[in-house]
Amino acid sequence: MTAPGSVGIVTPQTMRFEEPLPLASGASLAAYELMYETYGELNAARSNAVLVCHALNASHHVAGHCEGQDKSLGWWDNMVGPGKPVDTNRFFVIGVNNPGSCFGSTGPMSVDPASGRRYGSRFPVVTVEDWVNAQARLADRLGIERFAAVMGGSLGGMQALSWTLQQPRRIAHCVAIATTPKLSAQNIAFNDVARTAIQNDPDFHGGDFYEYGVKPRRGLGVARMIGHITYLSGADMAEKFGRLLRHKDYGYSFGIEFEVESYLRYQGDKFADYFDANTYLLITRALDYFDPARAHGGDLVRALAGAEAKFFLASFTTDWRFAPARSREIVEALIANRRDVAYAEIDAPHGHDAFLMDDPRYHRAVAAYFDRIGREVGA
Amino acid sequence: MTLRVDLKLIAEWIAAGSDVLDLGCGDGALLAHLRQARDCRGYGVEIDDGHVLECIRTSVNVVQADLESGLRMFGDDMFDVVVLSQTLQAMHNTEGILREMVRVGRQGIVSFPNFGHWKHLLSLTGGHMPVTPQMPYQWYDTPNIHLCTPKDFEILAAKLGFAITGRALLAGGQPVAWAPNLRATLALYRFEGR
Repeated sequence: MTAPGSVGIVTPQTMRFEEPLPLASGASLAAYELMYETYGELNAARSNAVLVCHALNASHHVAGHCEGQDKSLGWWDNMVGPGKPVDTNRFFVIGVNNPGSCFGSTGPMSVDPASGRRYGSRFPVVTVEDWVNAQARLADRLGIERFAAVMGGSLGGMQALSWTLQQPRRIAHCVAIATTPKLSAQNIAFNDVARTAIQNDPDFHGGDFYEYGVKPRRGLGVARMIGHITYLSGADMAEKFGRLLRHKDYGYSFGIEFEVESYLRYQGDKFADYFDANTYLLITRALDYFDPARAHGGDLVRALAGAEAKFFLASFTTDWRFAPARSREIVEALIANRRDVAYAEIDAPHGHDAFLMDDPRYHRAVAAYFDRIGREVGA
Repeated sequence: MTLRVDLKLIAEWIAAGSDVLDLGCGDGALLAHLRQARDCRGYGVEIDDGHVLECIRTSVNVVQADLESGLRMFGDDMFDVVVLSQTLQAMHNTEGILREMVRVGRQGIVSFPNFGHWKHLLSLTGGHMPVTPQMPYQWYDTPNIHLCTPKDFEILAAKLGFAITGRALLAGGQPVAWAPNLRATLALYRFEGR
C-alpha cells in the first residue's frame, strides 16, 4: 500500500560510463558508475524531466522508500512525490549520486581499475563543474535533451546554478534554494576545521584507512558536529535544547552534561556509521572551490551573462551558513543580466536546514513555481 | 482582469518596451499588464508572502524584500521607469526611497492618497482623524504614517531636485479639473532626477 503523496518503493539503478570523465583538476576519472533513481514518467515530448542535485551528505535517493527498509525515506521526500511541490504526476524526476560520494556511485571506496585497490587517497578531487558534466552524460544516456528544471538546495543549488552556465541550452529553469555564489572565508574555515578533524584522526591513514580495516570515526563525528551546528539557527538550538541538562545537576566533569552535547555526539556517531571520510573531504573541497565568478575577475554579473534559464531562488531568514544576502547576490546579478527570476525570502526559524523542512510558505512557493514550469513545458 | 484605476493610468505613462521596476508590486498586476499590453520587461519588489506567491503563479519576476532597506540590489540607471504605487505614504524613509528611485531608474512614478481631500478636512473639523474607503484605518493602526497633499509632495520633489514631468489628480478614476487639491482622492506624479 502506497501512502498518499509518496512515490512508494523505489529501486536505484546504475549507469556505467566507459569513457573517462575529464576533471577540472586536469586529472580524469576512468570508467565509472553513477547511481540514480527516477520518479514519475518521462512524457512523449521528453519535456518534463527534472534533475534533483544533492548536497553534502545526501544521495540519489530523493524520494520514497527502499524495499524492506522502513527508515529509508528519501532525503527530499516532502518535496518530491505525487501532489507534492515537485509533482511526480507531472514531472519525471531524477536523483543522481555524484562521483566522489559514498552511496554507490564511483567514489573513494570504489576499486580503482588501474591498481585493483580502493581509490582512497588517490581518488581525484572533483568540483561542482565536474559533477554537472557527469550529470549531463547521464541525461544523454536517458535521452533527455533539455531539463524542465534542475533543482537543489545548498551545494545542490550550486550545481543547478552551474548547469545554467555549463549547459545553458539544456536547462529551462534553475531552482536554487539556500545557496550561494561562493563560500565565504567563514564557510571555508568551518570546512577546514572539519577536514582537519578527519585528517588528524589516527585511523585516517592519509585516506587509505580501508586497507587497515579501520575508519576515522572520531574525526568524521567531529566534522559532522561542526557541520551540524552551522545547519541550525541559534534560536532553533536555544528552543530545542536551551541549557537543558541530562541529569538533575552539574556533574562537575567533562562528560556529556548538556542535552545539546548529547544531541551533537549522537549526530556525529550516526554520521560516522554511514558516511565516508574521504567523501567528506572531497565534497567540502568542492564547496570551497565553487566560484563561477572567479573566471570573470570575480564579477558575478559577467559570470551569469551566459545563462539562458529562468530562475527561482529561495533563502531562509535564519540561515547564517548561506544567508539570504548570498542568494540576493545571485538575484542581483541575474537582474543585471535581465534574466527572469523569482526570489522568495522565507521567514523560517530552522536555519540552513530549513530547505529540507516542510514549511508551508516555502513549499507553496516552490509548488507555484513548478506549476508554472509545468504549464510552460506542457507537463 | 481589471487593473486598479491608478495602475491603468500609470501604465499609460510607460512607453512600450520599457524596463520597469515596480516597488511594492502586490500581486504583480501592473507588471503582468505591461508585459502583455506594452511589451515591457519588469521586476517587482514585494514583502508580503501571499503577494509574492501570486507573482510566482502569474510568472511575474519578483524579489521578496523590504523596501525600507533600500534598493541596494539594483544598480544605477538599470530601469527606464521605477513605480511606487500607493506605498509612499507607508514608508518610513520617504526621502530615501525617492532618491533611490531616481538612482536606479531614469523616471519615477508615484501615486498616493490625497490627505487634503475635503472629506478629510470635514472629518478633522468634526474632531476625528479621517477614515475613508481608500484609507480605512484608525489612527492607531494605520500603516499610512507619511500622508501628504499634492502641494506637499511637490515641495519635497523640488527639495530633492526632481523635475516633475507628469501630474494627475483623480477622483473615482477621473481627472479632477476644478479644485483638485480638495476634490482629488489620488495623486499621481512622474518625475526625473536632475
